[in-house]
Amino acid sequence: MSLLEVDDLTVTYRTGGGDVPAVRGVSFALEAGQKLGLAGESGCGKSTMALALLRLLPKTARLTGEIRFDGEDILTMSWGRLRAVRWAGASIVFQGAMHSLNAVQRIGAQIAEPIRLHSKATEAEIRRKTGELLEHVGLPARRADAYPHELSGGQRQRVMIAMALACDPKLIVADEPTTALDVMIQAQILTLIESLVAEQDISLLMISHDLSVLADTCDRLAVMYAGRIVEEGPAAAVFGAARHPYGQALAAAFPRIGDPASRRRPQGLAGDPPDPAELPTGCAFHPRCPARLDHCDRVDPALWPTADDDRRAACVHVLPDEGLSLLTKEPA
Amino acid sequence: MADSALPTAPVPQLAQSVRDRSGVRRRLRYYGEKLGGSLVSLFAVILTSFFLFRIIPGDPVRTMTHGRPVSIEQQEQLRREFGLDKPLAEQFWSYLTGVLRLDFGDSFQFNRPVTDLIGERLWPTVLLVGTSVVISAALGLWLGVRGAWNHGSLSDRVNTGVALTLWSVPSFWLGLILIVIFASGAGWFPTSGMESTAVEGWERIPDVAHHMVLPLVTLVAVVYAQYLMIMRSSLLDEMGSDYIVTARAKGLRDLIVRRRHAVPNALLPTVTLIFVNLGFVVFGAVLVETIFSWPGLGQLFYSGLSVPDLPLVQGLFILFSAAVILMNLLADLLYPILDPRVRP
Repeated sequence: MSLLEVDDLTVTYRTGGGDVPAVRGVSFALEAGQKLGLAGESGCGKSTMALALLRLLPKTARLTGEIRFDGEDILTMSWGRLRAVRWAGASIVFQGAMHSLNAVQRIGAQIAEPIRLHSKATEAEIRRKTGELLEHVGLPARRADAYPHELSGGQRQRVMIAMALACDPKLIVADEPTTALDVMIQAQILTLIESLVAEQDISLLMISHDLSVLADTCDRLAVMYAGRIVEEGPAAAVFGAARHPYGQALAAAFPRIGDPASRRRPQGLAGDPPDPAELPTGCAFHPRCPARLDHCDRVDPALWPTADDDRRAACVHVLPDEGLSLLTKEPA
Repeated sequence: MADSALPTAPVPQLAQSVRDRSGVRRRLRYYGEKLGGSLVSLFAVILTSFFLFRIIPGDPVRTMTHGRPVSIEQQEQLRREFGLDKPLAEQFWSYLTGVLRLDFGDSFQFNRPVTDLIGERLWPTVLLVGTSVVISAALGLWLGVRGAWNHGSLSDRVNTGVALTLWSVPSFWLGLILIVIFASGAGWFPTSGMESTAVEGWERIPDVAHHMVLPLVTLVAVVYAQYLMIMRSSLLDEMGSDYIVTARAKGLRDLIVRRRHAVPNALLPTVTLIFVNLGFVVFGAVLVETIFSWPGLGQLFYSGLSVPDLPLVQGLFILFSAAVILMNLLADLLYPILDPRVRP
């Protein structure tokens, strides 16, 4: 049994202007100790996914499908049980090196808070554990008395990581953990996350728009577009030779280390991601797709195993007959 | 600060003490600047006070002798007693030296030292207006928190609507309406004054409270919307913040997230408002005190202005301004304690 199994998850925001689907039927599994990277442009639903995993979305969001964490369904569990699973079972490292910490509380108190909530440790033990956690992420224990604004962006992100480790979770969800940081600090933080999850055998779900960062850190990669996973497979394979045209475009957008040619001509993708409220017909990617076929505006392929094992892509090009058989089943 | 994966080396003792000393100096300079600024403002108030009330129309001597047969000589006599016959520069000088000795002179109309008059009237005002600030702040903040947490709900809309309606009502009008309905109409409350003459000893407490109800209700009703609106919008801002999601992700109950994380942050903007309003406590509520004949500073100011009783209004003006300046100073000194981000 996998640690985390997401099955046909949909998230729909109810707004005044109608329903907006942010996540449209996402399924994936994460084994214990495995590292999965979730990539995609802003607005593709990847952060909504992260918050959905612990039911942290606002009340206007409606969730269907199943999220099984450690055998229990998150979506149907009681509030009390859910609060117990939050942080102790799965914790989140948020992007906001800036805003994810409470500005008027000392960081020591903020790290201690979940420990006090989820364990029966004494105050002395909590204090000691807080100091240990800080030193574990490369900060001196006496910085526990500091306020967030007294730390640099990288140090704040270290505090977030220390906080995420506080209750020895089985899963850490890292939502754009390095986005606001400069490149050197990014590398340090990634190394830190990698070594900590390896050391403590924690599963990692890392979310980023930067495919190269994910490919470096994770075992497997999933690429999201317009609320769906369009490609999924081993990290090196997806980054090196994506099957879905969107995966290819995303991989080409980042220069590859050791390949001078890619540095000189990083390739962008024309057009904007679609408005979730008004998705194109057929494959949501077809208006921007360089390998578009005539019937792509009428066919919406599901994730399909590619020729190699262990990889899936949602594109007519990986279907045996280029998706033509779907046309008869699903007329436009 | 260097961001290194290695634990930072302990800061050498010397560097530590140098940093401490420069921190102390910075802090002293911050407090010095705030204090100095307040003194400058106060001095400006003292200067303004003298000239301001000489610009407003009205001759104290004529007003005070109005309707009585007074000869020109007697008027001159009064003018001499008040010191109004001297050149303006000389009057200003004696005013200034007086004020610096906390001597505001004698009131024209009461013929007593202004400081004595203020002393008598200070406590009724502090009692009435101080209580109203406490109640309206507590009520407004509480409703503001509830409104923001359930924003858009029926109770939120009703509370906000009622508060805004009351806020836009003039206090003297509301006071008169309350008198008409509950005092002279139903007879539940006295129409005016602070206490009944016959009551002595401990009995005075419920008696004063009974007199205070209507003026208090008037003051609270027209003011609490300020606290409600500021708290509500401030908390709504905080609720959308990332650290609130962090707090919820930790598994904290909603109530704790609100109490421990959202409200303390949202309270910060209201602190300034509370202190500014506390500064106005001694100013009283000129209109409400006058309508209810509450023997406080507001009413005293009103009677001083109609003469104009120059020493009295000058003294009161300085007192009112000093209170506002003092409370602003306190807010400036207190704020860094509440918000570590602005600590000097």
